[in-house]
Amino acid sequence: MAKQVVKLNKVVIRFAGDSGDGMQLTGDRFTSETAGLGNDLSTLPDFPAEIRAPAGTLPGVSAFQLHFADHDIMTPGDAPNVLVAMNPAALKANLHDLPRGADLIVNTDEFTKRNLEKVGYAANPIEDGSLDAYNVHAVALTSMTVEALKGFEMSKKDAERAKNMYALGLLCWLYNRPSEGTLSFLRAKFAKKPVIMEANIAAYEAGWSFGETTEAFSVQYEIAPAPMKAGVYRNITGNPAISLGLVAASKLSGLPLFLGSYPITPASDILHELSKHKRFGVMTFQAEDEIAGIGSAIGAAYGGALAVTTTSGPGVALKSEAIGLAVSLELPLLIIDVQRGGPSTGLPTKTEQSDLLQAMFGRNGEAPVAIIAPQSPSDCFFATIEAARIAVEYRTPVFLLSDGYLANGSEPWLVPNVESLPTFEPNFATGPNHTAEDGTESFWPYLRDPETLARPWAKPGTKGLEHRIGGIEKADGIGTISYDPANHDKMVRLRQAKIDAIARTIPDVEVDDPSGEARVLILGWGSTFGPIGAACRLVRAEGQQVAQAHIRHLNPFPSNLGDVLKAYDKVIVPEMNLGQLALLLRAKYLVDVVSYNQVRGMPFKSDELAGVISDVLESL
Amino acid sequence: MTTDAYPALTLVPKTDVKQSAKDFKSDQEVRWCPGCGDYAILSAVQAFLPDLGLAKENIVFVSGIGCSSRFPYYLDTFGLHSIHGRAPAIATGLATSRPDLSVWVITGDGDALSIGGNHLIHALRRNVNLKILLFNNRIYGLTKGQYSPTSEQGKITKSTPEGSLDYSFNPVSLALGAEATFVARTIDSDRKHLTEVLRAAAAHEGTALVEIYQNCNIFNDGAWEPLKDNDTRDDLMMRLTHGEPIRFGKDGEKGVARMPEGHVAVVNVADVGEDAILIHDAHAKDPGLAFALSRLANPRTLENTPIGVFRDIHRPSYDRLLREQIESVTERLGGGDLQSLLNGKDTWNVS
Ligand code: SF4
Repeated sequence: MAKQVVKLNKVVIRFAGDSGDGMQLTGDRFTSETAGLGNDLSTLPDFPAEIRAPAGTLPGVSAFQLHFADHDIMTPGDAPNVLVAMNPAALKANLHDLPRGADLIVNTDEFTKRNLEKVGYAANPIEDGSLDAYNVHAVALTSMTVEALKGFEMSKKDAERAKNMYALGLLCWLYNRPSEGTLSFLRAKFAKKPVIMEANIAAYEAGWSFGETTEAFSVQYEIAPAPMKAGVYRNITGNPAISLGLVAASKLSGLPLFLGSYPITPASDILHELSKHKRFGVMTFQAEDEIAGIGSAIGAAYGGALAVTTTSGPGVALKSEAIGLAVSLELPLLIIDVQRGGPSTGLPTKTEQSDLLQAMFGRNGEAPVAIIAPQSPSDCFFATIEAARIAVEYRTPVFLLSDGYLANGSEPWLVPNVESLPTFEPNFATGPNHTAEDGTESFWPYLRDPETLARPWAKPGTKGLEHRIGGIEKADGIGTISYDPANHDKMVRLRQAKIDAIARTIPDVEVDDPSGEARVLILGWGSTFGPIGAACRLVRAEGQQVAQAHIRHLNPFPSNLGDVLKAYDKVIVPEMNLGQLALLLRAKYLVDVVSYNQVRGMPFKSDELAGVISDVLESL
Repeated sequence: MTTDAYPALTLVPKTDVKQSAKDFKSDQEVRWCPGCGDYAILSAVQAFLPDLGLAKENIVFVSGIGCSSRFPYYLDTFGLHSIHGRAPAIATGLATSRPDLSVWVITGDGDALSIGGNHLIHALRRNVNLKILLFNNRIYGLTKGQYSPTSEQGKITKSTPEGSLDYSFNPVSLALGAEATFVARTIDSDRKHLTEVLRAAAAHEGTALVEIYQNCNIFNDGAWEPLKDNDTRDDLMMRLTHGEPIRFGKDGEKGVARMPEGHVAVVNVADVGEDAILIHDAHAKDPGLAFALSRLANPRTLENTPIGVFRDIHRPSYDRLLREQIESVTERLGGGDLQSLLNGKDTWNVS
């Protein structure tokens, strides 16, 4: 039966099920096929912190949202057009995000009395009319999967586990996605378990043919590829992009890469990824705790490596004293903080931007560091290289503030040509740099470069450079212990001046204002780039004017930032915290920015931000 | 010295000039209290380093915080005075990434066993190529006299006017419990013994823990005096020598033997006969006997205190294993190509 084919320009699908239902894998595979088709896309996984919360309960629901389109998009979408709910808990947890008229695919097999009771449904919503506002496709996914796998030598329970592949097959049919990638993925994943492999393939194919033959789905959709710049593309999430950025930075600087890290959500994937790249000479060290993670990195930096420690907010708190040591030693060091909801353990798997002030000020004494924040999953790659450049050129710890949304969200990435990436030099000290009046030559570890104010990086093993330094205040230049008040005052100011000097090498912040007439600027940092950009499009589509700017360098700020802020009647600063950048902007530029905040553990929705912009525009 | 004397240092560049203790003295004025045991240790180390025959610039001393941690400032090598308790972690990163360095950690009883206890035990189990010298004076010196994790229970100090309540650590037992591959104890004032132990530690591949009984004459004077006093020391202290019977006492009348119940104890040689006295085996794979020896000492009276090398066994060091892993992966897969890494496995073309 040939079905009607409807062309769409964009779709937002959300897969939701139990943590054990394999929703993340289903979403990843659908994303991969969608990327291969050339759609632009953006994804948002949302999973619980517990590895397996009790089955069928609300806290155990795991979801994956994917937005794909025939044009350039900036967010994973505010609300799904299609919700796949594998059980009543998944329905209940996600239904409130589903607009009326949206498609709802439910796995009827799981809507048993017991499962309904678990989440407080008195009656079956599929039957009691409460879903009448939606276009419901009631599909017995589990039993049809079991039916399709009848010939396989496996328990019913094992057969049921393939239901996510059945659902994936159905959705791939519905949106006309190719199958080859998923099939070869399954072949590789289960190479050692041929029965499981065949069963998953059979379930996938059964789902596909079900779509084709059933009358439950009368139309099939097509979304044309988005126009994109020519080149080689891949799909990428933030954590792997950071890992690749680190390997690239190591090559670009000629420095061996050393990672000292302690496992923590949502940063551990960087440790996992880098530990696979030993052939690049990458050294990964899983330390006994967060402090040893950074401690070992400081040791490696002292020895001349490109040294990195990766963590999330609570880990940064533990590393604070060691970061202060690195500030005092003036050694290159990358501190990668994949932010999550806080304080304390907070929301380990949810996103937040609330470590900005911790990165900025969370140490004893005056201990300035450089801070960089990537704005999208693929930008994590370039931001990491930039952070490494600053660390190496200025001999300073640099914070890279990613977050849970960037870490796990994905987008297509135009893979750069290695030749096009910037190189940077460690310029290690090679000999004495100071001559005394009597002509004796010696090495002064704190004699600074007049331009950058960076001190020499003197690797052990270099003849004639033997010297002793530590966390105690050092005499300017010679670097020996000094308790002299005037010297300390000078050193504190020099360390600050060195960080300030970085501003000379960073680009001005660019303002996007198509009309050139906007009176309101919306300014963000980090992962809010997509939602803010999408909100600006919505506002402009209504014929209103708004300017957008996004800052990547949070310390020091770009040199022109003050002028940019002062050029607008109002500046809106949306943040997933209670106004941390806003605080810094007000303090530094005396501009009373409008701070807009939410800390729900999820990215901003673009229509929410569009509303904020409109409200401010109306108030002018 | 030939390279063979220090198998752990084969990857560290050698010097071709003759060095003396003077070459290892930095221009910094030493600032410990007059009479502090640290002076003797410093001078022993300065005198010993030339024996290694290493290029000076390839030696690094890393320390934490405390009186002893000022040590690196006084040596004309590379030196890093870090933060409280973290020296083993920092040295781990350095030694792991730089096999061409001889890395030493200087720490104290508070630094290593209190605030830095976690790093210490993990460095020991990992067996990174580091030599840790733990100066044990059973007191906090730099903060002016609080009891430390090695202070005897009941110690009266500024923070424990009625006597300390916590039970003390025995650093050697702790290290053996962590299955350290090299564990030794020596005394600041016994230059000869100290030097011998340092030599054995330097020759060892992996982490070596050397506990040095050190006198803090300001806040805990005489803590180890019974082990130094000519009249008492031979009665109290046993010197462990690999392959030799464990005997001590002025006339060697005491020894260590295994009891019928299985434990080891100090006995009169005359009572049990010479054949019953245990022969010290520092190379025994099982740390059990070394641990048992470490438990003989009475922390209060210092009776039956063993010094010398308790354990010295071979287990590949962490940094060597890491290097070998990198080499074998590179050999198997070839060196990495950045462009193909960036491309990944799943790309598509837009033209
Ligand atoms: S306080 Fe004690 S340990 Fe510290 S320098 Fe003085 S004598 Fe030595």
